[in-house]
Amino acid sequence: MKRDRPGLLARLSEVLRPHEPISRSAYLAGVGASAVGIFALWAILTYGGLVAPLFLPSPSDIVRAAAALIADGSLAEHTWASVNVIVTGWVLAVLLAVPLGILMGTLKFVEALLEPVVNFVRYLPVSAMIPLLILYIGIGTPQKVAVIFIGTFFQLILLIADVSANVPKDLLDSAYTLGARRSDVFGRVLLPATLPGVMDNLRITMGWAWTYLIVAELVAANRGLGYMILDASRGLFTDRIFVGLFTIGLLGFGFDATFKRLHRLLLPWSPKI
Amino acid sequence: MVAQNLRLAIRGLSVVFTRRRGGSVTAVENLSLGVREEEFVSIVGPSGCGKSTLLRIVAGLIRPTSGEVMLDDRPVEGPGADRGMVFQSYTLFPWLTVQGNVEFGLRLRGRPPEERREIAHRYLDLVGLRGTEPAYPKELSGGMQQRVAIARAMANEPAILLMDEPFGALDAQTRSVMQELLLRVWEQTHKTVLFVTHDIDEAILLSDRIYVMTTRPGRIKTEVAVTLPRPREVSVMDTPEFIALRQRVHGLIREETLRVLGLESRDHL
Ligand SMILES: Nc1ncnc2c1ncn2[C@@H]1O[C@H](COP(=O)(O)OP(=O)(O)O)[C@@H](O)[C@H]1O
Ligand SMILES: [Mg+2]
Repeated sequence: MKRDRPGLLARLSEVLRPHEPISRSAYLAGVGASAVGIFALWAILTYGGLVAPLFLPSPSDIVRAAAALIADGSLAEHTWASVNVIVTGWVLAVLLAVPLGILMGTLKFVEALLEPVVNFVRYLPVSAMIPLLILYIGIGTPQKVAVIFIGTFFQLILLIADVSANVPKDLLDSAYTLGARRSDVFGRVLLPATLPGVMDNLRITMGWAWTYLIVAELVAANRGLGYMILDASRGLFTDRIFVGLFTIGLLGFGFDATFKRLHRLLLPWSPKI
Repeated sequence: MVAQNLRLAIRGLSVVFTRRRGGSVTAVENLSLGVREEEFVSIVGPSGCGKSTLLRIVAGLIRPTSGEVMLDDRPVEGPGADRGMVFQSYTLFPWLTVQGNVEFGLRLRGRPPEERREIAHRYLDLVGLRGTEPAYPKELSGGMQQRVAIARAMANEPAILLMDEPFGALDAQTRSVMQELLLRVWEQTHKTVLFVTHDIDEAILLSDRIYVMTTRPGRIKTEVAVTLPRPREVSVMDTPEFIALRQRVHGLIREETLRVLGLESRDHL
């Protein structure tokens, strides 16, 4: 079974068929090509002197800035502060939005109670609520947590409501014909049936929570990656801004991968894996 | 068969659905039927004639507008474990294993674990699925999922088993194997079954009696007794008796289908 190695063009056309799976090696080649490509472009722009360091620092500048921030412990401190704020705000949002969302998608009456309010609030820019938040709860960590909470809660509740509204009615009816009462149906059918969708949306809203970081650390912060970036921009320390961005990107990547792993680990039955 | 008591009695049943934007649909009108103990009864009729609605009423999932449904001389007031149901769609709980699915009803009634396991094994054996206990539904084919659904409904030992086109979503080959399997299961258990289908051969092969429904609003058009001897083999489908029954039922349903199309007789075609 000896075959000629296909030419580059033939192999390219092989991996570019719509909606067709490709081999793992072809996929990894794509990942590698994008990483190498971006890095090469970056190196040419900076070391080639095409862009001033003020706008785009070179890779070595950023490594140097990162090393300094790691050495004096400030990067760890800022990271810890931000993770704390984001995870707290997000967990509070999840604890409330998941049960309320499930009820909202299941009971028309709860939908009537919540949906108009949620749809009104979710269009309000979180930054516009900061003055009120300061008035209500001051300028400490709770205010920052509240920003993350508001930013995720109102989106998450709608996503979860959609997940629970899409649980097939026949699944509930099956449970009834097997002797389930209404109270059984919530805990034994609706809750487990929504878990895969809930898990997906937890992952997605965790990503959104990070995008509110700057807004959360806009006011009276003295720690946090958002603060670090804002502070660096005042002194035009572009390299530190990039260190902050890289750290946020890596954390987001890590959280995302963790959620995907957890999904596979905790819900081995999920049709989504 | 000695048992001649009416297990299920439906009298003067009507269901009117009111549409959200006003207007109403009469799905079932003044329908009466009975199912005896240990009897396998099928309902056939053109699609949209109210077969599913009828079954859901017996299951207690919908309330009728008027009329009565009696199970063992007690009125049906809501859903309950005494009426098991198998749906056309795949309704196994994806988060439970095959074992967990079959045990679902027993667990609700607080049966002890050893007893649940023993009953689950018995009914999985009955549908030929011993050994699949630890599998999740997503690992099973459509036919296997429906067999588990049958085992799950039967494990509750309901007074009547309601089946709404349970093989409707399966391919022709699988469907015919499933019909044979259900035939074997019924011969071993003599469960009282009310079975909805639009597959005429399926109805004749499995049933003791067939009710043919009219187009909407659904009523009973005729009752056809299937006198083919039991135990039956699939080869019974080639006998003159079977072919005569098929022609008769086919003709009855065709009359109704022509009516839906606004064609009172074939002369208009
Ligand atoms: N919940 C409902 N609301 C309004 N109309 C319905 C509802 N359920 C069924 N119907 C109508 O009742 C009729 C009978 O439906 P169904 O019992 O599903 O028929 P079959 O199972 O015989 O195909 C159909 O015309 C259908 O549109
Ligand atoms: Mg139907």
